[in-house]
Amino acid sequence: MPAPRTLLDKIWDDHLVCSPDGEQPLIYIDRHLVHEVTSAQAFEGLRVAGRRVRRPEATFATPDHNIPTTDRSLPIADPISKQQIDTLRANCREFGIRLFDLGDADQGIVHVIGPELGITQPGMTIVCGDSHTATHGALGALAFGIGTSEVEHVLAAQTLRQSKPKSFEVRVEGELYPGVTAKDLVLYIIGRLTTEGGAGYVIEYTGPCIRRLGMEERMTVCNMSIEAGARAGMIAPDRITFDYLRGRDLVPKDFDRAVARWETLPSDAGARYDRSETFSGGDVVPQVTWGTNPAQVVGVDATVPDPASMTDPSDRSSAARALEYMGLQAGTPIAAIPIDRVFIGSCTNSRIEDLRAAASVVRGHQVASRVRAMVVPGSGRVKRQAEAEGLDRVFTAAGFEWREAGCSMCLGMNPDTLAPGERCASTSNRNFEGRQGKGGRTHLVSPAMAAAAAVTGHFTDIRQWRYH
Amino acid sequence: MQPFTTLTGNVAPLDRANVDTDQIIPKQFLKRIERTGFGQFLFFDWRFLPDGSPDPAFELNQPIRQGASILLARRNFGCGSSREHAPWALADYGFRSVIAPTFADIFFNNCFQNGMVPVKLDESDVEELFRRAAAAEAAGQAYRLTVDLQNCLVHDDGGFSRSFPVDSFRRHCLLEGLDNIDLSLKHVDQITAWENAHGLASLKGGAT
Repeated sequence: MPAPRTLLDKIWDDHLVCSPDGEQPLIYIDRHLVHEVTSAQAFEGLRVAGRRVRRPEATFATPDHNIPTTDRSLPIADPISKQQIDTLRANCREFGIRLFDLGDADQGIVHVIGPELGITQPGMTIVCGDSHTATHGALGALAFGIGTSEVEHVLAAQTLRQSKPKSFEVRVEGELYPGVTAKDLVLYIIGRLTTEGGAGYVIEYTGPCIRRLGMEERMTVCNMSIEAGARAGMIAPDRITFDYLRGRDLVPKDFDRAVARWETLPSDAGARYDRSETFSGGDVVPQVTWGTNPAQVVGVDATVPDPASMTDPSDRSSAARALEYMGLQAGTPIAAIPIDRVFIGSCTNSRIEDLRAAASVVRGHQVASRVRAMVVPGSGRVKRQAEAEGLDRVFTAAGFEWREAGCSMCLGMNPDTLAPGERCASTSNRNFEGRQGKGGRTHLVSPAMAAAAAVTGHFTDIRQWRYH
Repeated sequence: MQPFTTLTGNVAPLDRANVDTDQIIPKQFLKRIERTGFGQFLFFDWRFLPDGSPDPAFELNQPIRQGASILLARRNFGCGSSREHAPWALADYGFRSVIAPTFADIFFNNCFQNGMVPVKLDESDVEELFRRAAAAEAAGQAYRLTVDLQNCLVHDDGGFSRSFPVDSFRRHCLLEGLDNIDLSLKHVDQITAWENAHGLASLKGGAT
C-alpha cells in the first residue's frame, strides 16, 4: 500500500516534470497570472532572447497595482504609471495573452479575479509575480509568488525550478465567536508563528474551524500565509470549494468529472507533515496590529505592548522602533487609538462577503467627522454585485468613498496614499513602514473592525457593536 | 548572468531585523519597466530626508561604508513582496552579497537570479560579524570580508571563517553565470511529454 500523502505531496508528485541529477527539480505550472508591475522586464527578456510564451492560453493578465480607482474614463495622470500599463497591454497583444484590461468588466485585483473567473482550480500549480499568490491555495491549489526572472522562466518554459518545500500543518480546532473573522484568525496565527515562522514551508490549514470557513474567508487566511513567511498556504478542497466553483466561466466543461478528480486531493489519513501547530478558534478575539509587521498584533481589548517586557533583544528593538514610527505609547488601550483614515479593500479583504460585513456595520451610521474612509472593491464583478445589493449606497450614505477595482491603498502605488503621520484602519495585509504612503501608520484589521472604526473614529470592539 | 566566484569587499552593517522589500525599494519606484537604475532608490525612505538630502543618521550613509559590496543584516531579511526590484536595487547600488541569519524565501530565490549570493550564518556568527565590523570602524577602517562561493566560505583576515549552506545547483549556476531558462529548455522533451500525459497536447502554444 502506498504511503499516505499530504495535499502538497499529491500536487507536487503530479507536477514533477523531471528531477535531473545535480539540478533542482522542474515542476509544471498550470496557471500563470500576470500584472503590470512585475512583468515588463520578463517580456523584454523574452524579446531579447527571441523566445515565445510557451502556453499563452495558461496565462492571464490584468492591471491592478498601479491603476487609478477614480473615474476610469479619464486618462491616467502619472505618465510613468501609464507607460507601465500600456506596456502590459502591448506585451499581451504581442504574445497572445488574455488581458482583463482597464474598462473590461472582469478587470480586478489578480488574486480576486483568479478564483472569481474559475481560473484557479483545485490541484493546480499557480504562480504570479506577487507574494499574495498564496490566496489561490484556498481552493486546494499550490500557489505562490515568484520574482520577475521566474516570471520570464514560466512564460518561456511553463515550468519552474523548485526544491520541494517542507509541509506545515496549521490545525485550528473549535470555531470562531460571532464578530471574529478569518482576518482575525490569520492575524492571530501570524502573531504566534512570527513573520518568519513559516519560512521554507507550505502551510496547510486544517481542522474543524477551517472547514467551517466559507470560500472567501479561506482566501483571506491563505492570502496572508506569506506574512508568516510561508510562500504558500493551502486548504483541501471540499463541498464548499466545489459549490463555489460550479458555474464559473473557466472551470472544466465536465465539472462533475473534475470534482471526482478533486475529491482525491485532500491529505490522506496518517499523512506526515514536517511540522504541526494547533490553535483554538475560540481563543481568537478581534485583532489589531500595533507595529510595523503583521506579527506585531494584539486583541482589540488589549493595550499597546511594552518593548521592555520582551525577552528577545531583536523583538525588543523592533518593537521600540515600531512604536516610535507608529507614534504610540506602550500601555495605551488599543480602543483608545484615534484614526484618520479607513481603507476597505486589497486582495485580502475586498470580496463581496467582506463588503457585506462592512456594510452591515455601517448601515444607519455616519463616518466620524475626523475620518476619511474609502471602499475599493476587488474586481469589477464584486463592484457590480455590491451595487446590485445596494451596498454602495449604504457606504456612500455613511460618508465612504466608493471606488473602482484595484490594489489601491494597500500599497499606494497609485494616487491613493496616506499623508505622513496619518493613521489608518486598513483591511489590507501589510503594515510595513511607508507601505500606504511615506510616514503613514497602518493598523491591520478585519472589514467589520475597519467599518466600526470609521464610525467611531477609534478602534472599537466589534463584538459590542449595535447593528441597525 | 554575471558569474559569482569570490568576492572580497567592504561590509556595510545594517543592524535591523525584518528588513522588508518595501524598505529596500519603496513602491513609488516600481513603475519603471527596466531592470536597471534602481540603486539610486535603494532604502529611499531611510536614506533621504524629506528635503532629498542624505540622512546622516542612516547606517549606509556613514562615509566609511561607501563603496561596500557586502550587506550585513539581522534575521528575516527581504520579507514582504516578491518584487525582484529589491535585489535589482541592491545590486545596482553595489551589493553582491547579503549576510543574515535568515532570509525570506522569495527574496532568497531572487538573489540567485541576479548574480548575488545570500549568505545564511548562525545568529551568533552574525553577531560576531557585527562586533568585528564595529571594532574595525571604531579604528577608522571599513570591515572587509571575503565571500568564497567556490568553497562556500565567508572569512576575514582576522581569523573568522565559516562555511555557509548553498544549494549545489544554484551554486553551479552562479559560478558559471548560466542562463536558467536555457538550462530548463534542455528538458523541453520532458516538458512536452508531461503536457501530453496530462491531455494538454491539443492546446496551441508551440515549443520554444
